[in-house]
Amino acid sequence: MMPRIAPAYRDVILAGAGLLALLLLPVLFPHPALRDFVVYVIAYGLLAMSLNLLVGFTGLVSFGHAAYFASGAYVFGLLMQSGQVSVPVAMLAAVGGTALLALAIGAICVRLQEIYFAFITLAFQMFIHSVILTWVGLTGGDQGLRGGIPRPPFLGIDLNDARTLYAFCVVVFVACMLVMRQIAQSPFGYTLRMIRDNPQRANFVGVNVPRVKLAIFVIASSIASVGGIVLALFVSGAYPDFAFWTTSGEAIFMIMLGGTQLFIGPLVGTVMLQALNHYVTILTEHHGIVLGSVILVFVLGLRRGLADYIHDWAMSRRIRRAAPDQREAPRDKLA
Amino acid sequence: MDLQALAGCLASTSCAVTQASTGLIVGMLLFLVASGLSLIFGVLGVINFAHGAFYMLGAYFAFTAYAVTGSFALAIAAGALGVAVFGMVFERLFMSRVYGRDILMQLLVCYAFILILDDAVRTIWGAEYRMMGMPDAFALPPVEIAGGFIPGYYLFMIGTSFAVAVLLWLGINKTRFGKVVRAAAINPQMVAALGTNTTALYAGVFGVGSLLAGMAGALAAPIRTLTPGMGLSILIESFIVTVIGGMGSIVGAFIAAVLIGFTRSFGSIGFPLFVDGLMFGMMALVLVVKPSGLLGRPAT
Repeated sequence: MMPRIAPAYRDVILAGAGLLALLLLPVLFPHPALRDFVVYVIAYGLLAMSLNLLVGFTGLVSFGHAAYFASGAYVFGLLMQSGQVSVPVAMLAAVGGTALLALAIGAICVRLQEIYFAFITLAFQMFIHSVILTWVGLTGGDQGLRGGIPRPPFLGIDLNDARTLYAFCVVVFVACMLVMRQIAQSPFGYTLRMIRDNPQRANFVGVNVPRVKLAIFVIASSIASVGGIVLALFVSGAYPDFAFWTTSGEAIFMIMLGGTQLFIGPLVGTVMLQALNHYVTILTEHHGIVLGSVILVFVLGLRRGLADYIHDWAMSRRIRRAAPDQREAPRDKLA
Repeated sequence: MDLQALAGCLASTSCAVTQASTGLIVGMLLFLVASGLSLIFGVLGVINFAHGAFYMLGAYFAFTAYAVTGSFALAIAAGALGVAVFGMVFERLFMSRVYGRDILMQLLVCYAFILILDDAVRTIWGAEYRMMGMPDAFALPPVEIAGGFIPGYYLFMIGTSFAVAVLLWLGINKTRFGKVVRAAAINPQMVAALGTNTTALYAGVFGVGSLLAGMAGALAAPIRTLTPGMGLSILIESFIVTVIGGMGSIVGAFIAAVLIGFTRSFGSIGFPLFVDGLMFGMMALVLVVKPSGLLGRPAT
């Protein structure tokens, strides 16, 4: 028998193992392409994972999550280009600025129900996209932030070295995952699930539903901005496409591919979509037909994301294996 | 930003008339697509995100029919009816499987079809821009109204779309079929219990909605360049129209479509880059003030 470990420690141990594995990956397989792939998965994974705090845990279907991804990237990029601040300060400022933006927009959005919430988040995202396109003097318009984002060394860490940059991104990523895991397992996280399953009931037992929704909206947006920062740091730029609705669409797509119910599901989906995008483009020119058919198989065939499907399958196997004992039990009682 | 140019245009009648006519045809196309979207949502409760792709199919069907037969009337018929049949097959085989499920599932099925249809069009008709050309019947000198010149085809398009709007309104509000459709939107179980085949009704409504999108595509073919992916921007805009006008309201869709059409045509003079921003700003404003839209039923 394994000794029982408190769940919080178990999460820290798992996070440590994940960190170690990700750090060892480029040592074992020293391909620069693999490193790039992991960083893209990290950036979009944070976007998808944080979106799932809204979609999967709270039942808030946001179509505008990429707005905060872009806001993180642009604020960070602009601050670094100003040359006044160091990387960690710019990161904190970008996350804080995004949190304020999300607070203002979220305060309006969380009052709306279901499909209307989806519409208004989409509207705000496209509004921000338009502002980025129009404000050429600040953002560079459709060319994006040009001239590269400088990475001055701080505390002896030089992010201009590709391996250091990779390690930095991995550490930031694991820290964010740990934060999200703690939120999901906290009483606050279970309040979110209650709001998803029965908002009236949550209201009756004294939960201030709009306030909790606003809180998770701000938290999820802040974490999405970290994803944007990682991408901006890595590609050394920020582009209006970050805020376009297709980026939000892809994030939703990753969630659905991976599954909404398991904590790690969206990350599985991110890896799947990034790999699909990567390999399907190489193998065939009919990228859309292949990708579309894969989606149809998932939606109409599996009817849920891959991680959820595997989880359900494993659970039903466990129940089936346990079933003979249960069938014995009542007979014993009769005898 | 060039607000002076906008003010100058509004001051001269010729420029104002020209821009208004452009705004009207943009608005009419939007109305045709958005009313189909709105009708499907109002009755079936699903949002057909693939509606823009249907518009694209309509345009390409019309393109081919015109190239083969040389008749513009047949081209419109091919676009409208071809897409209507496609829409009904799509509804029966795919969309009907996700009714009552998560909206995300509906979104994904549509998204899959957007990808597949765009790719299929690229394979069949090629990735390059296609032009259908103006049918001979409309190769007339433009009509002059108050100093502004309006191509004859614009007038034909505005008239046709307006006629469709009236027919649609009459069909839904004054006929027995319309009555059943409206009843099914409110209580489908009761309608089914009273002996209406709601499965066929749903397919029919989806077919009518698709027909409108296909017809819009066919009407747009002579004046727009055809390209795979052309459905995307019209989907987003008709989405705005449906939200502003109110989900399920035909009159609301008409008013909102003209509003968005004018915003686009006049806005492109004053603030070309911020037109989208203004449209989404209006959408956000409507959602905050009256989430059900200008003329929509309040959400229950």
